[in-house]
Amino acid sequence: MTSPTATRRLGGLAADNRTVRRGAVSLSTIARKQRRNGWISQVLLTLFVIAFLIPLIWMIATSLKPGAEVFSSPPRLIGSEVRWQNYADVWSYVPFAQYMVNGAIVSILGTALVVVVSVLSAYAFSRLRFRGREGIFFVFLGTLMVPQEVVVIPMFLFMTQLGWVNSYQALIVPWAFTAFGTFLLRQAMLTVPMELEEAGKIDGASHLRILLGIIMPVVRPTIAVLVVFTFINYWNSFLWPLIIVNDPAHTTVPLGLNAFLGQGGKQWQLIMAASTISMVPTAGLAILLQKYLVRGIALSSGLGGK
Amino acid sequence: MSVAIRPGTSEASALDPAPPGPARRRRRRRGDGPAAAAFLAPSLGGFAVFTAFPIVASILVAFTVWPLAGTPTFTGLDNFRRLLTQDPAFLKTVLNTLIFVVAYVPLNLALSLAIAAWITPRVKGANVYRVLLFIPVVTPMVANAAVWQIMLIPNGLIDNVWQSLFGVSAPNFLGSTQTAMLSVVIMSLWQGFGYNLLIFSSALQAVPESLLDSAAIDGAGPIRRYFSIKLPLMSPSIFFGATMTLITSFQVFAQPFILTNGGPSSSTTTMVMYLYRQGFQYFNLGYASAVGVLLFIMILIITGLVFLAQKRWVHYD
Repeated sequence: MTSPTATRRLGGLAADNRTVRRGAVSLSTIARKQRRNGWISQVLLTLFVIAFLIPLIWMIATSLKPGAEVFSSPPRLIGSEVRWQNYADVWSYVPFAQYMVNGAIVSILGTALVVVVSVLSAYAFSRLRFRGREGIFFVFLGTLMVPQEVVVIPMFLFMTQLGWVNSYQALIVPWAFTAFGTFLLRQAMLTVPMELEEAGKIDGASHLRILLGIIMPVVRPTIAVLVVFTFINYWNSFLWPLIIVNDPAHTTVPLGLNAFLGQGGKQWQLIMAASTISMVPTAGLAILLQKYLVRGIALSSGLGGK
Repeated sequence: MSVAIRPGTSEASALDPAPPGPARRRRRRRGDGPAAAAFLAPSLGGFAVFTAFPIVASILVAFTVWPLAGTPTFTGLDNFRRLLTQDPAFLKTVLNTLIFVVAYVPLNLALSLAIAAWITPRVKGANVYRVLLFIPVVTPMVANAAVWQIMLIPNGLIDNVWQSLFGVSAPNFLGSTQTAMLSVVIMSLWQGFGYNLLIFSSALQAVPESLLDSAAIDGAGPIRRYFSIKLPLMSPSIFFGATMTLITSFQVFAQPFILTNGGPSSSTTTMVMYLYRQGFQYFNLGYASAVGVLLFIMILIITGLVFLAQKRWVHYD
């Protein structure tokens, strides 16, 4: 048994050997150079990130200008007045509140549906034994390759048959059954040790009890990742709402923004205010849950269609 | 990627000799069938109706003339023949899509690899930088494209800055066939590269410090360490990122739709935009579906080639 001090001394010795081999000067020079480079690099990186953020800064700046000064020359970050009124005007100029509510309904219900469906099937694919399990899962996974764009035509015809054109369910249901969530959660559930559920099994707990009481708490972070991704996908979805919705009562935020953009005599300062508002829910989620996101993205097979 | 333990394989083979002991347990195992059916019913039911059926249907519809109102007629390969031999507008969209893919994918990968290497964990506030660069990925594309539009149009931000710097107007970025696609690519890079940045950052963090230290001691400089140690160890992530970027870039739609509406003179009309127009502006649903099928075939072929090529450069431990 070695004491901590002894280990440290040993480590120190090893380092000494190395310095002897390579020369003490070079190592300390490297360290000094690295520190200086680090400082310069940090400044450059900050400049890069600021340059990167210019469009977002410009969006917010424009959203606070009087309409006449949107294209002022030379360009100015802040207009003659800071017009917070623009943010109030958006809601009366177009039914933006309706768009936000629609977006929230579609995103929240869609996410709930995806989570419930994915948790159930991920449990079956990771913890239950049945014939053809691997085969079914493989087919399931394979369809992740098919882009949404390929199926929008038959999906549109199908929705027409069901009479779902201009409805919340048409915005939610068709995209709730992708393999993505099942795949993500299955990967997480496979890492839960079997021993954890043995006790439950001996007590005769049902599969549902095991899932809700034992598995779910362990994979909660992965569920959080799925929630974020799914919500963002529903919130940002553009092509499908463009196809299936043509009344304001079901218009979601990107679609509403697009209609706003297409109006004659563009009110750019209001469009920019609306764009800024449209970013709040998803950017907020990403910032709040950034740690999960990093892990989840490394795990996941992509954010899917836009 | 997480280490997936596949309970199916190892345990099943351990049970295979099947002496009297495990027989009871085996019967329990078979008893999972009904439970599995119950757990899978919502997912597989929905999948069959809303995924599998539309995929098959998209192929069937592609073989028909399917007007919005009226009866569809089966026309065999006619749609495909027309698209490939008699429709220069479609071939133009294929070319535009390929130009976009060829410009966008390598630039995206190079940029996200370079910035990921730049933002090492040693950089102060690394997470803040990453999240800021990630924001455009998760915000509505329409909002992103809208602000790029007011920056790029004549009298917009860039034109104004250009005028004060050079005294002349900037090129009409969105209105000229020379620069419209370039604008779409740059806007797409801005909005999309944060995604790969996160993937590559997490891969970089997984590279063992000890390996890098010993290389440094052996005299490898930062560039050498990057190309000889980090890149090979990151190759599975790079492969994943490259494949996903490739697949999604073939589907480019919203950026050109909003920035340029496909113009000028259809220089930025992409395949998905063509599908949308044929399907939902001209209501040629069969023809549009054929565009979708061709798009899918293209993606399959290219992805297949990428998968074949991965053996040469992707290293799994």
